[in-house]
Amino acid sequence: MKAIALIVVCLAGGLLVYGTVDMPDWGDPTSPASLHVSPRYIEKTVDETAVPNMVTSVLADYRGYDTLGETTVIFTAGIACLLLLRGMKK
Amino acid sequence: MISRFYDVIIQTVCRLLIPFIQVFGLYVIAHGHSSPGGGFQGGVILGASFILLCLSHDLQELRKRMPLKMILLFCSLGVMIYAGLGFLCLLLGGDYLDYGKLHLLFPVNEIQSRSIGIFGIEVGVGITVMAVMVSIFLNLAAPEAEN
Repeated sequence: MKAIALIVVCLAGGLLVYGTVDMPDWGDPTSPASLHVSPRYIEKTVDETAVPNMVTSVLADYRGYDTLGETTVIFTAGIACLLLLRGMKK
Repeated sequence: MISRFYDVIIQTVCRLLIPFIQVFGLYVIAHGHSSPGGGFQGGVILGASFILLCLSHDLQELRKRMPLKMILLFCSLGVMIYAGLGFLCLLLGGDYLDYGKLHLLFPVNEIQSRSIGIFGIEVGVGITVMAVMVSIFLNLAAPEAEN
């Protein structure tokens, strides 16, 4: 049984590695990810938000709704820890 | 009981270091506009400074400076600042989290008001992350103690 599992894992890993062959090069400017919205962020961030740090403007302004969700996730994690760990003492 | 093992050198060094760590945390939050950093990173640094206070002194010291009620208040306050800023933009006639409308409240133009909005939500994120870090640490460190 263990041998079968090992073969399956190796096969899946091999397929994943094979999948990476088709991926674009690191930092390739013509890759699909760099052609869609990235140029707009790079060119317009300072004009549109007056923030020199592109990462911050994407995180907090262009993707502000996403970051609100992230903050809520952290808040929920804290409350869940509180409830679980304080509940243990009873 | 554990406080017997605490050392005067460690206590003094940490007492001197903690204010600088906290100022650095505030700097990382406030300077997230133009350098690497922001609410998440600065909040973790601030939270770490409180955890260092607890490690170098004892739990009671941290409880005295930051009661659990205050930590819970900060947890919710940060999310409230963030969501509240979104609703404020809604009230001013924009979309949710559309900071451009904040220029009606501050004496800046529409583009700079986006920068102000970003700063506002970074502060909210920082407060929440700081409070959650301290809260998780306190609950892991002393789940059985009164807190």
